[in-house]
Amino acid sequence: MIGLQRISRVFQVGGQPVHALREITLAVESGEYVSLMGPSGSGKSTLLNIVGLLDRANSGVYRLDGKDVTSLSDEEQARVRREKIGFVFQFFHLVPRLSAAENIELPMALAGISAAERRARALELLNAYGLKDRGGHRPDQLSGGQRQRVAIARATVMRPGILLADEPTGNLDRASGKEVVQILEDLHESGVTLLLVTHDPELGRRAHRQLHMVDGAIAEDRKEEQA
Amino acid sequence: MRPLDVLRFAWVSLRGYPSRTLLMTVAMAIGVAAVVIFTALGEGARRYVVDQFASLGTNLVIVFPGRSETAGTGPGMFLGQTSRDLTLDDALALTRSRAVLRVAPLAVGSALISFGGRSREAPVIGTTAEWEAIRNMQMAQGSFLPGGDPHAPSPVCVIGATVRDELFGAAPALGQFVRIGDRRFRVIGVLATQGQHMGFNTDEMVIVPVASAQALYNINTLLRILVEARSREELDAAKRDMIRIIRDRHQGELDVTVVTQDAVLATFDRVLTALTLAVGGIAAVSLGVAGILIMNVMLIAVSQRTREIGLLKALGAAPRQIRLLFFGEAVLLSSIGAAAGVVLGLAGNAAIVRVYPVLPAAVPAWAVVAAVTTAVTTGIVFSIMPARRAARLDPVSALSGR
Repeated sequence: MIGLQRISRVFQVGGQPVHALREITLAVESGEYVSLMGPSGSGKSTLLNIVGLLDRANSGVYRLDGKDVTSLSDEEQARVRREKIGFVFQFFHLVPRLSAAENIELPMALAGISAAERRARALELLNAYGLKDRGGHRPDQLSGGQRQRVAIARATVMRPGILLADEPTGNLDRASGKEVVQILEDLHESGVTLLLVTHDPELGRRAHRQLHMVDGAIAEDRKEEQA
Repeated sequence: MRPLDVLRFAWVSLRGYPSRTLLMTVAMAIGVAAVVIFTALGEGARRYVVDQFASLGTNLVIVFPGRSETAGTGPGMFLGQTSRDLTLDDALALTRSRAVLRVAPLAVGSALISFGGRSREAPVIGTTAEWEAIRNMQMAQGSFLPGGDPHAPSPVCVIGATVRDELFGAAPALGQFVRIGDRRFRVIGVLATQGQHMGFNTDEMVIVPVASAQALYNINTLLRILVEARSREELDAAKRDMIRIIRDRHQGELDVTVVTQDAVLATFDRVLTALTLAVGGIAAVSLGVAGILIMNVMLIAVSQRTREIGLLKALGAAPRQIRLLFFGEAVLLSSIGAAAGVVLGLAGNAAIVRVYPVLPAAVPAWAVVAAVTTAVTTGIVFSIMPARRAARLDPVSALSGR
């Protein structure tokens, strides 16, 4: 489903080339639960951004569902992101002016879905994630865990096949973090491909496939048979 | 993304920064209001002049003595320029043209008019009975000057409404003798109140037979001759005939200026329309300034909302959509400003009309349309750059807040 072939990403930092990713080749099947771990600067976030089409590789080929997406235009990549990929960030990135429900509706608004259907689907997710009476609240009136749940609702409201989470619990206390992980794993159970970047080894070990990155390369790729 | 959603998003963004939005709206509103009010004033001036001419009567041709021309070197230098005056006979001769309907000679001076113990300095117009019809004068009381031989002086006069009020108060004026200069005249008519006419206020005038006026001032010349052509189509024929007649009477020299009222009116109309456009154009400069302010504000908005733009991209917003969102914001901002400006402009115009009722200041529809279009267009044009900058933002660095 996700097929990376010899993907490289080089940043220019102060005139010096920095190799964030070195010829990474990786295949992730549909429905897998993968964690990406490694020290800071090892390239895990860069890899996640490239998989999420937020960033472009300098070389290599990226196939998504068998289709080469490396060469798509910005407009076409935006469409792929909208329909197939959901993002969850460490800092939630909710739009502060919009209510929780409106934040969840945002991707649907971008996709041109009618207001009535947007409202119905947002309400459905608010209920599912235990935010029933929080729909009208603005982000600054919500707790960290609630904000991240809104963010997950927003990431999944378009029913994407792939969910990319960058340190989703990094900014949460233990209890909220557990809730969030539970939701993510429930989503995986329902068939979503889950890619998780984390520093937390305990969280990383919960994934069925664990990738360890060092210096822009995959140092270890361990698959566990599902219990 | 649906247009309504774009506008809604833009609206929420604008509401998110109320002071910024308010200041921008005010800037835009002042620009639009300036255009509306200035063009209303210009239009008012134009209408004022046009009304003045229209009240002079239609199909009017005016003959002035003298003619502007350049004398060359040679005999002319020694002979000098002799300009013939217009005489009463010149005026009467003009009636020979078949295209001419009426002729009114005009001798104008100023004299002291007195009745009983009161006296008043007033412009005295010497003319004939024809003047009433040519100038569309209305009588309040009595009758206008009688017809008859224009060469014969006659001690009768018609006075304006103000003159009547000042000299007679509530007492009857008709039939009374007044003294104009050193002669006595009997009041046979009072003009109805008409207000200003080309700088002359007919309410303050005294009208006497032309021969009497000439005797009063001891002159035999005319200030000008007013001629009414039979119809609009015969204006040119009348003008040609008049030039021929005067030239014949003045030994082949054309030393008068013949002007049709249409020509004068058209000139004033052109000049004042140009003035209105110029003033409106100057006011439109302020709209350009408001446009640059919008650009500035939008650029700030882009850098303030870097993370949000990155997020929108991550959620699948295409560059085109990001541009659209910022456009929508600029369009909404300038539209609200323009609407406020139109209201402000109309209110300003109403205030002007209240303070100066004489000036028929009116907001022309084209000015409103032009001002609003300019405002919204500048809003759009000046948001192109910020919108493109937003659309080009790299989502990865935008999201990391770098």
